[in-house]
Amino acid sequence: MVASANTRLRLETVNLTALFGQSSAVRAVSLLFPAHTVTAIIGPSGCGKSTLLRCLNRMHELNPDASVTGQVLLDEVDIYAKDVNPVELRRRIGMVFQRPTPFPTMSIYENVAAGLRVNGKQPRAETDSAVERALQQAALWDEVKDRLHTSAVALSGGQQQRLCIARAVAPQPEILLLDEPTASLDPAGTQRIEELCHALKRLYTIVIVTHNMQQAARVSDYTAFMYLGNLIEVGRTEEIFTKPKVEQTEAYITGRFG
Amino acid sequence: MNRAFRRHLTSRLMTALVVVLSAIAVLALVLILGDLVVKGASSIDWAFFTKSPVPAGESGGGVANAIVGTGIIVGVAALIGVPVGVGAGIYLAEYGSGRLGFTIRFIADVLNGTPSIVIGIIAWTFLVKPTGRFSALAGSVALAVLMIPMLARTTEEMVRLVPHSLREAALALGYPRWRTSLKVVARTALSGIVTGCLVGIARIAGETAPLLFTALGNLNFSLSVTHPMQTLSLQIYVYATGPFDEWHRLAWASAVVLMGLVLLISLVARWVTRQRYGSVR
Repeated sequence: MVASANTRLRLETVNLTALFGQSSAVRAVSLLFPAHTVTAIIGPSGCGKSTLLRCLNRMHELNPDASVTGQVLLDEVDIYAKDVNPVELRRRIGMVFQRPTPFPTMSIYENVAAGLRVNGKQPRAETDSAVERALQQAALWDEVKDRLHTSAVALSGGQQQRLCIARAVAPQPEILLLDEPTASLDPAGTQRIEELCHALKRLYTIVIVTHNMQQAARVSDYTAFMYLGNLIEVGRTEEIFTKPKVEQTEAYITGRFG
Repeated sequence: MNRAFRRHLTSRLMTALVVVLSAIAVLALVLILGDLVVKGASSIDWAFFTKSPVPAGESGGGVANAIVGTGIIVGVAALIGVPVGVGAGIYLAEYGSGRLGFTIRFIADVLNGTPSIVIGIIAWTFLVKPTGRFSALAGSVALAVLMIPMLARTTEEMVRLVPHSLREAALALGYPRWRTSLKVVARTALSGIVTGCLVGIARIAGETAPLLFTALGNLNFSLSVTHPMQTLSLQIYVYATGPFDEWHRLAWASAVVLMGLVLLISLVARWVTRQRYGSVR
């Protein structure tokens, strides 16, 4: 993949291998995620796409017997270097999961503000405007602005997922990781999230894991195809879906396996 | 007899059996409560709540000293036991996968199975004997020791019920581990933890054995935690084993009040569980 001259490089993996104990879930993957693009990672279940995503914000290592070799470079700094604090790193990289995970004891407002408060106390007015901005970005503001202080779990599944996106973008991260964000949503909810991807890439660099190839084709600029932990092929989305270079990729996207 | 009929019959028989068995269980409870109310309720009047006991042989008097004493001893026990028990429970659920967690869990289970009178004797050895006097505080400590393993285990269960995805969501936001445990996980489990605490308090409110060698009992009204103090359970023990009819009457009435108190705490526990929208149960 060649980044064009005016897109700054944000995130890159170099020879990244992720292990659970002795078995590797991701093998020697080198991948570029150019700034302000959407990169989709596709592949059959168990191909390591979620594990790869979780290596990008060091969530993978939370598993007791997980380990990582190789590098993940964020603006040319290895996030696995000794002096990088994973907790602080995760504040620069937002993440949204497969199922909506609103904090059930918090109101809508508190949920969105949750990530802001870890950076220390800030004036109420600042939090207010950050919460509004995040909800606007997640296209949820109009639906919840009159009930910001009610329970977050009373929202519909699609709204909860957009709330989670708002929570992830509120601290203004540089990267947004989406792990099958529409897997538990209906078609209408899915469409709204996909529209968001288009809108949000102006602000963030987005990496989305999906098992839905149509979704990858609709939302992404670049697509990476993984199989059995290996990166098989990566390129501009329209090229991957129209003229893939590798036989396996073609077999997968035409539905012959996976 | 065909197969379908036989299956049907077995199903009916088994259903009838479990209905009868649960009826027996409920019947025991109803009989105890009914008997208590029949024998005790008539002796409950205003003086019963406001007056201290009168000397043996005289009629009248109440158990105000025991009601207040139960409140103080159980209250202090909860002040000691709740923070330690809940803290240990959160530790066990969130960090207790190693050797230390295993050890603490094992000790808690052993303590949970220890007869309460043994805990009373231990409290006597360490608190009453060295200080040379029985005290309400020693009683509270004994009850707290009884309560801590109970709370640790229920808190651990409640915290473990919080979905792992919530933990991950908080960590992915850049929450440090301790903050994730307290602000997200423990807070989500809060109603379950509060219920556990109330059930624990209800349980120790009725304990007698650990208080026999510690709080001892006191027929006079006392607010000093460094002196012997009466509780409802001790009062019932003394009155029920005493020789006077008047005492027996007061024992029944005290038992009704103690049951009522425990029932009230249990009801509050139920209510707390239903309240929060964030309940994990």
